[in-house]
Amino acid sequence: MHAIDIDHATKIYRRYGRRRQFATLKSALLSGSLITDLKPAETFTALQDVSLRVATGETVGVIGPNGSGKSTLLKLVAGITKPTSGTVNVNGRISALIELGAGFHPEISGRENVIINGIMLGLSKREVLQKFEEIVEFAGLEEFIEAPVKTYSSGMYARLGFAVAIHVNPDVLLVDEILAVGDQGFTHKCLDKFAEFRRRGKTILLVTHSLSLVERFCDDAVWLDSGLIKAVGDPKRVVDAYLSHVEKQEEQQLEADDIKTRKMTETSSEPLTTGEASMDDMFQVAEGRWGSREVEILDVTLVGDDGKSAHVFHSGDRMSVRVHINAEKPVSDFVFGVGLFNADGVCCYGTNTDLEQLVSKEIDGEGTVDFMIDSLDLVAGTYKLDVAVHKRDGYPYDYHRLLYTFRMKSRTNDVGIYRPRHKWKFPSNVRFIGPLK
Amino acid sequence: MIHNLLQLFRYRGLIQSLVSRELKARYRGSVLGFFWSFINPLLLLLIYSFVFNTVLPGIRPASVEPFALFMFCGILPWTWFSSSLIESSGVLIAGGNLIKKVLFPAEVLPIVTVLANMVHFFLGLPILVGFLIYYSIPLQLNELIWFPFVVLVQLILTLGLCLIVSALTVHFRDIKDILSNLLTFWFFATPIIYPMSMAPSGGKRFLDMNPFTHLAVSYQEILFYDGPFGHLKWLLTLGAASIVLFMVGYFLFDRLRDSFAEEV
Repeated sequence: MHAIDIDHATKIYRRYGRRRQFATLKSALLSGSLITDLKPAETFTALQDVSLRVATGETVGVIGPNGSGKSTLLKLVAGITKPTSGTVNVNGRISALIELGAGFHPEISGRENVIINGIMLGLSKREVLQKFEEIVEFAGLEEFIEAPVKTYSSGMYARLGFAVAIHVNPDVLLVDEILAVGDQGFTHKCLDKFAEFRRRGKTILLVTHSLSLVERFCDDAVWLDSGLIKAVGDPKRVVDAYLSHVEKQEEQQLEADDIKTRKMTETSSEPLTTGEASMDDMFQVAEGRWGSREVEILDVTLVGDDGKSAHVFHSGDRMSVRVHINAEKPVSDFVFGVGLFNADGVCCYGTNTDLEQLVSKEIDGEGTVDFMIDSLDLVAGTYKLDVAVHKRDGYPYDYHRLLYTFRMKSRTNDVGIYRPRHKWKFPSNVRFIGPLK
Repeated sequence: MIHNLLQLFRYRGLIQSLVSRELKARYRGSVLGFFWSFINPLLLLLIYSFVFNTVLPGIRPASVEPFALFMFCGILPWTWFSSSLIESSGVLIAGGNLIKKVLFPAEVLPIVTVLANMVHFFLGLPILVGFLIYYSIPLQLNELIWFPFVVLVQLILTLGLCLIVSALTVHFRDIKDILSNLLTFWFFATPIIYPMSMAPSGGKRFLDMNPFTHLAVSYQEILFYDGPFGHLKWLLTLGAASIVLFMVGYFLFDRLRDSFAEEV
């Protein structure tokens, strides 16, 4: 027995912009669908031929980037919208936690809103009154229940909405990214409630961006992308596949950004001849490029372990900053430097050949300089690089300020900047169950 | 469609609580609160009395006395009718959050609008009764028993129109503006501030085509004029037409139902 059975469902929306009310009204009247009279350019496919079965009692997490059709899927299951083609069948009473407190009237009291909202969600008046105390207690709003809802904070509002929706006692619970609203305590309460639902054999369809929640909590995961199901199955596997896809996309994004900033600086910056400004410039955060170009940095690439250009690294990875340089005429006074900054503009590390006591002799012509980091021991985040060639007194030949971006990925949410290589060691009387599944 | 119509019966609890919420919320925060339901029609009546007694005294027919009471018989149901239409033109858009986020039968919204305005109409009736007693107008029971029937016909007619207006406004927001102008015209094209007898013979045929004419005349016959209720034939015809209109309106609404969640 399947609680949710989605069979080749496609949902096509109409694009806004060009208003064609007559066309949509006519097709809505004649065929019950808005888009039959519209050209493909006027429509947008939010879900394409999606088939999904959720067995009774299963908890399924839906993940995917913004705009991938997650909420549309939920709305189809909830019956709020109908699929353009295909079918959606749900067995049992549904409660959709899509927007909390939708339908609350701001002017009337929390008490009256709870009653009306409960009836809207499918309870009878008597049932709402029976559960009233429980609902208010769950929301933690005993004190304020007589106050008009317009005086509530957004957290109170959402809590009350959640409390009503969860007490409808559905067979199928649809949840759309709502755990973000409450404080820690309330989030735990919600998770406990979900766990209770699971124990009681209810079906839950959960849309969320919290991948760890999906891994911990769901029996199955669905990865949606641009309206298509990319993967279904074991949460761990699906989340991993999704993460590596996101990484790949970020890689491309960073590469495109790099090219853009480089183009911008190349066209805008005039070669600078005075060396004076350089010390001040060291501390300005704005990205840019300056210098006399007697030694020119032609290109900078970040190279990963496999020798290929990369923009996304994992903690502990090997990284090389490959600097392609050219000196038109031989130069004898030169220093190579590299600076590493995090997103807050904090210098995480900086060094140059002068500080490392290398005495320059000569550059002549083109060449490749590699700055090799054996182990990138940084926590997750976005980092930017300075790459520069200058004289020992600071006079810049070519200074690239914060032009190169890379991202550190980590599955540990540790904090700070630097992650020293570490291990834990415990005596035999301190015991752990083991790593989280 | 029939199935949906029957479903509606299941939602009577919801409709009931939404109507009471509507009434409570409307005057929440105002000093006079519910009294506005009495004061609003009273003020309207005062304005018209002022116009016809002081500004343009020559216009009103001498035979219709007291003229204020005559007008009140029409203005009160007209207010119910016109506010319902105006409000229902925006009701689906205003309730967009419900339609988009909760599985909710959308027709509840215009129905609640009509019913809430009907309650206001009922709240205005004591004023009318007060006037009737003040002017010691004799009321006959055999006329008065038709009163609920007139109200029922008006309810069905208003519901039918409101369903159509609310559904179409989702697709054409222009209807809201057209409607407010149309209603002003409609008001003057209905024998509310003038008696039917004043209309020229060509104009009478035109007035006969206006459904609200027969409602207004029925109210006036029952409450204002003496003697037997003479408008029954018209009222029954209008009743039948209203039922047809309601079914057409519900059918239209039902066909457009799926488009609401996307268009509001």
